[in-house]
Amino acid sequence: MQADVQQAPWRFDHFFIPVVLFLGFAAALTEAARSPDAPMVAQGWIFAACMAFTGIWYMWMYAGRTPADETRTYADGVVKAGVIAAMFWGIAGMLVGVIIALQLSFPSLFYLPSEAWTNFGRLRPLHTSAVIFAFGGNVLIATSFYVVQRTCRAHLFGGSLSWFVFWGYNTFIVLAGTGYLLGISEGREYAEPEWYADIWLTIVWVCYLVTFLGTLIKRKEPHIYVANWFYLAFIATIAVLHIVNNLSMPVSLLQTQSYSLFSGVQDALTQWWYGHNAVGFFLTAGFLGIMYYFIPKRAERPVYSYRLSIIHFWSLIFIYIWAGPHHLLYTALPEWAQTLGMTFSIILWMPSWGGMINGLMTLSGAWDKLRTDPVLRMLVVSVAFYGMSTFEGPVMSVKAVNALSHYTNWTVGHVHSGALGWVGYVSFGAIYCLVPWLWKKRLYSNALVEWHFWISTLGIVLYITSMWVAGIMQGLMWRAYNDFGFLEYAFVEVVEAMHPYYIIRAVGGLMYLGGALIMVFNLWKTVRNGVPVAPAASVTPALTAEAA
Amino acid sequence: MNHGWLEKNSIFMLIGIILVIAVGGAVEIAPLFWVNGTVEKIDGMRPYTPLELKGRNIYVREGCYVCHSQQVRTLRDEVERYGHYSLAAESMYDHPFQWGSERTGPDLARVGGKYSDEWHRAHLIDPRSVVPESIMPPYRFLFTKTLDYRDVRQMLTANRMVGVPYSDAQIAAAKEDLEAQADPNSETQDDFRKRYGKAEVRDFDGEPGRITEGDALIAYMQMLGTLVDFKTYRANAPEHRR
Repeated sequence: MQADVQQAPWRFDHFFIPVVLFLGFAAALTEAARSPDAPMVAQGWIFAACMAFTGIWYMWMYAGRTPADETRTYADGVVKAGVIAAMFWGIAGMLVGVIIALQLSFPSLFYLPSEAWTNFGRLRPLHTSAVIFAFGGNVLIATSFYVVQRTCRAHLFGGSLSWFVFWGYNTFIVLAGTGYLLGISEGREYAEPEWYADIWLTIVWVCYLVTFLGTLIKRKEPHIYVANWFYLAFIATIAVLHIVNNLSMPVSLLQTQSYSLFSGVQDALTQWWYGHNAVGFFLTAGFLGIMYYFIPKRAERPVYSYRLSIIHFWSLIFIYIWAGPHHLLYTALPEWAQTLGMTFSIILWMPSWGGMINGLMTLSGAWDKLRTDPVLRMLVVSVAFYGMSTFEGPVMSVKAVNALSHYTNWTVGHVHSGALGWVGYVSFGAIYCLVPWLWKKRLYSNALVEWHFWISTLGIVLYITSMWVAGIMQGLMWRAYNDFGFLEYAFVEVVEAMHPYYIIRAVGGLMYLGGALIMVFNLWKTVRNGVPVAPAASVTPALTAEAA
Repeated sequence: MNHGWLEKNSIFMLIGIILVIAVGGAVEIAPLFWVNGTVEKIDGMRPYTPLELKGRNIYVREGCYVCHSQQVRTLRDEVERYGHYSLAAESMYDHPFQWGSERTGPDLARVGGKYSDEWHRAHLIDPRSVVPESIMPPYRFLFTKTLDYRDVRQMLTANRMVGVPYSDAQIAAAKEDLEAQADPNSETQDDFRKRYGKAEVRDFDGEPGRITEGDALIAYMQMLGTLVDFKTYRANAPEHRR
């Protein structure tokens, strides 16, 4: 990496990325020009704009020069970008969540009868994708790139490839999000983007795997640290799940719509094999990678048990994959598959709690820090929520319980105790660590972290308790019989009974969003006006002792 | 086994991960494609008519599945509320399946024929005009938008490529069949009936002379769960035991 510009060595990424961007741009313009399908034309223009933007940015960064990031010990520019994107999408996704919660609470006020794009059916995928894939995905990309470099003592592999992963992934997010509003959907929960967006994500994801694996291969540490096992499992498994679940036949190459390769019962199980493992590998394995790095780091204690890490890792990834059928109990799925799914879902409780214990017990000897460090508290509470929802999940997978809970708001509450409590808090904790480390500034205000923590914790409590009550009430009302042996309630009476709980839920969500806004303000002030800290002081405590 | 070895070989770790995660999927999903009886062999199932298929596309497009299930479970109260529990065969032509995961609104697996077309129209335009407690979004725009069915033949072809047994004649006449189903006075009635049996022929949206998206969606909803004759279906027959 010398300053010898005219004789720069040939690099694969400097060839590959412009070619991909150009091909993407050309394909997008073709769609925009030739498609008979108005939504596809819009998507074509959006995609072309993303490709052009990334291309111009790439030329500005790399044409005739080597960005400072490539010559530093670690590439942190892309990590910073990931953190900013995560906060942006997080706020957007939570805001949409509050809006759709209000739509269910006050349908006469929050629907616009002539605007198709404002309807619940289109905004709900926007909410789920924005918080899971846009917020969660950017958190995972940012933290994995940060962690893999530190624990391998190696610069990111692939030169500018990590930047392609970042921009490419966010292009996918834009394509998916605008697509939902335009009415483009594959009709598969958490996998709604259509075939062309899926192909783009596959390309980006393979580059992500190459960057991550390449960095592992060129590591200077003898051992691969446990957090990286989880990140690697997350990246590899999501690739498999994504490709298999999205196999479909487009109506034509110029149209958005496609028909899935499988139908009916096979399609259902493929989808929930994907759907449950989007939870298992995206929202669990990936974020466990965060837990295994940031909690020991922040607590300045080694991971509690090396042996438990190994058992936790392999048993978790082996067992999770089987749990999908618990979304299809008492349906037309064959009985043997239902029983198998339920059995493995119950077994899954054990590795999940193994991981929780490993995370919590890492605090041994440092519990006092929970009083003084609200960031560490957030990380630890996230693990407590992880423990709670991974206990609740197996309970809900028991057929007798599922008969009551399935199709009700209990499921919604369960998902959100995991999403808000576990995924949200472990991400916030990691970002509260990362921003001071990356920008080398002291966090602007610990008091604001306290406010964030307590407001959003109260929000979570309102959210999940209201949904528990609503869900169990719903299940009981649907199956209630009167003295004459007839069903006691009409369906719409159950809808009516949900009204107060929907309002409480919306308030809880609003509080959670409020907490996140406090966080954005705090981070903004940290970056803008934070007190600089000496670089050596910020990122020292060694993890190598634990890795060995 | 010494785990330290895996911790030093990233490629083998990756291979190990993929092998470990492949087991569950292979054992659970693959047999569904070849174990006999996974999908019951029953009378009455037919592919969607072009108009119904268009309606189904709208159902998917608008994300109806996020609030409505299409799967009656084998539980007493569900069977009494919605009708016979759903059979695997009833969604054998569904690409993708729309069983759903939430009942913010009621199950729709057997909604066909339970309400009149007029009710559906009024309900879709303003749900609270017919069900005051409803929290469903309004779908007025479905009745102002003319249905775009230029691509209906390609849609049937794509479905055939993923396994729906549309005949050459059905594909060739897709457009005519779509028009015929929405217009009881059309001249191609008999051909349509020859190709799709007992499919309902009506002006579903109550606006003669114009085929709207509402026509397609109502046509789809009115056939949901109506194909299998449960008077003759014997759940306990050995071939239906799973």
